[in-house]
Amino acid sequence: MPLSEFTFGLGILDAIATSPGYRVVTNNFVYFLGGAWYTIFITALSIAMGMVLGLFAGLAKLSKNKIIYGLSTAYIDFFRGTPLFVQIFLLYFGVLPLIYDNDPLSSAIIALGLNSGAYIAEILRAGIQAIDKGQMEAARSLGMNERQAMIYVILPQAFKVVIPPLINEFIALLKDSSLVSAITVAELMHRGDLVFANTYQATWVFGTIAMMYLVITKTIALLGDYTERRLATE
Amino acid sequence: MIKVVDVHKSFGKLHVLKGINFNVSPREVVCVIGPSGSGKSTLLRCINQLEQVNEGRIYIDGEELTHPKTDINAIRQQVGMVFQLFNLFPHKTTLQNITMAPIKIKGVDKEQAYEQARELLRKVGLMDKADVYPGNLSGGQKQRVAIARALAMQPKVMLFDEPTSALDPEMVGEVLAVMKDLATEGMTMVVVTHEMGFAREVGDRVVFMDEGLIVEEGLPAQIFDNPKNVRTQLFLSKVL
Ligand SMILES: Nc1ncnc2c1ncn2[C@@H]1O[C@H](COP(=O)(O)OP(=O)(O)OP(=O)(O)O)[C@@H](O)[C@H]1O
Ligand SMILES: [Mg+2]
Repeated sequence: MPLSEFTFGLGILDAIATSPGYRVVTNNFVYFLGGAWYTIFITALSIAMGMVLGLFAGLAKLSKNKIIYGLSTAYIDFFRGTPLFVQIFLLYFGVLPLIYDNDPLSSAIIALGLNSGAYIAEILRAGIQAIDKGQMEAARSLGMNERQAMIYVILPQAFKVVIPPLINEFIALLKDSSLVSAITVAELMHRGDLVFANTYQATWVFGTIAMMYLVITKTIALLGDYTERRLATE
Repeated sequence: MIKVVDVHKSFGKLHVLKGINFNVSPREVVCVIGPSGSGKSTLLRCINQLEQVNEGRIYIDGEELTHPKTDINAIRQQVGMVFQLFNLFPHKTTLQNITMAPIKIKGVDKEQAYEQARELLRKVGLMDKADVYPGNLSGGQKQRVAIARALAMQPKVMLFDEPTSALDPEMVGEVLAVMKDLATEGMTMVVVTHEMGFAREVGDRVVFMDEGLIVEEGLPAQIFDNPKNVRTQLFLSKVL
């Protein structure tokens, strides 16, 4: 390799390493990683809440009881039909303070959990309805009541069907969790915002943050593919 | 054993059962025949309350199951049903399909349930398929598992809704053979079928339905060789 090219290459590396943006990123890398963990933590708790809510709301949507059906429809419509950003503010500044002495973190988890519960409800309802009617009939004809048939026959099959859309919802929720930075939860986006405000290194800072989100979402997608393949071979 | 009294059933404006009266004695095998859409499946489904009747009463072993206070789940445990499309649970193995209801509903001990399930599998000739998932069974094998699954609840009555119509011709025989064994053992059976040979050989009685009514019933020989009603004659002339 000619010397000139070598020094040129070194020159680029040198230019990068000494650029102010690079130093901002390396200096704050651990801080960002902490934010990424926080993001994962918030999302995980929200998903847990969303799954429980979604299961109940999804089943309620299949109920013949008009009140139960109406309540779950209202819940699902509201949280799917209004912006998550608005929901976060409404809950954090408006509704939750009436109920308890709320802090940003718990408010964020509640807002994201309620929001994802509405989407998960629709996913589960569709998954349950995708199971052949004959399955319910076979279970009932053996003497199972509706609850037993759901638990032993319908839901196990529905869960297989809903894995891909659920994974999509988890990924969407993880990305949308960046919105709670607006109520000062110190997750990944919020930490990026703070560093940016002090350094104005937008490309370096938000580029790094975007990569961190990408790594997490890609990991979830791969885990989803893996589970799906494992279940498919059963 | 089964007593159906003046049963009417409509789906919206469609009047499907128009006053069915029908009895089945213990150990009797009744075959129900009739043209498509005549209400045969609907009648069977009413007998285990997968459909609710609009009018009339149905009794099983003296208990009125059309009575609002009747525990329908308890009655269904005594009435086995075999469907045209098998409806096996695809996420469970053969053995699990058979043992699920006894274990989960009756609280039968696991080992005991497995023991009984193996016995039933031997009976339907599928001992080697215990750990296979339904997706890997042929149609005839699926239907035999479905019969074993229904039998595992030790029902007093077995209802069959065209159990062989979804099968390739070469698999019909193995399923009918299992049903014939069952009849020989004294099981009370109601079989909706297009297999006239089976109805003639195994049936104690044949019921012909048309347009929501029982048009004619009698001994198989009488119905097949000497049908009295014009509609029965017309139907049989087409299928025989
Ligand atoms: N759940 C339902 N909703 C509306 N109509 C129905 C329903 N089930 C059955 N029917 C109608 O009721 C009529 C009788 O149906 P049924 O399935 O009892 O006929 P069948 O005698 O079993 O016919 P086949 O030999 O084709 O199975 C048909 O016209 C059918 O379309
Ligand atoms: Mg039918």
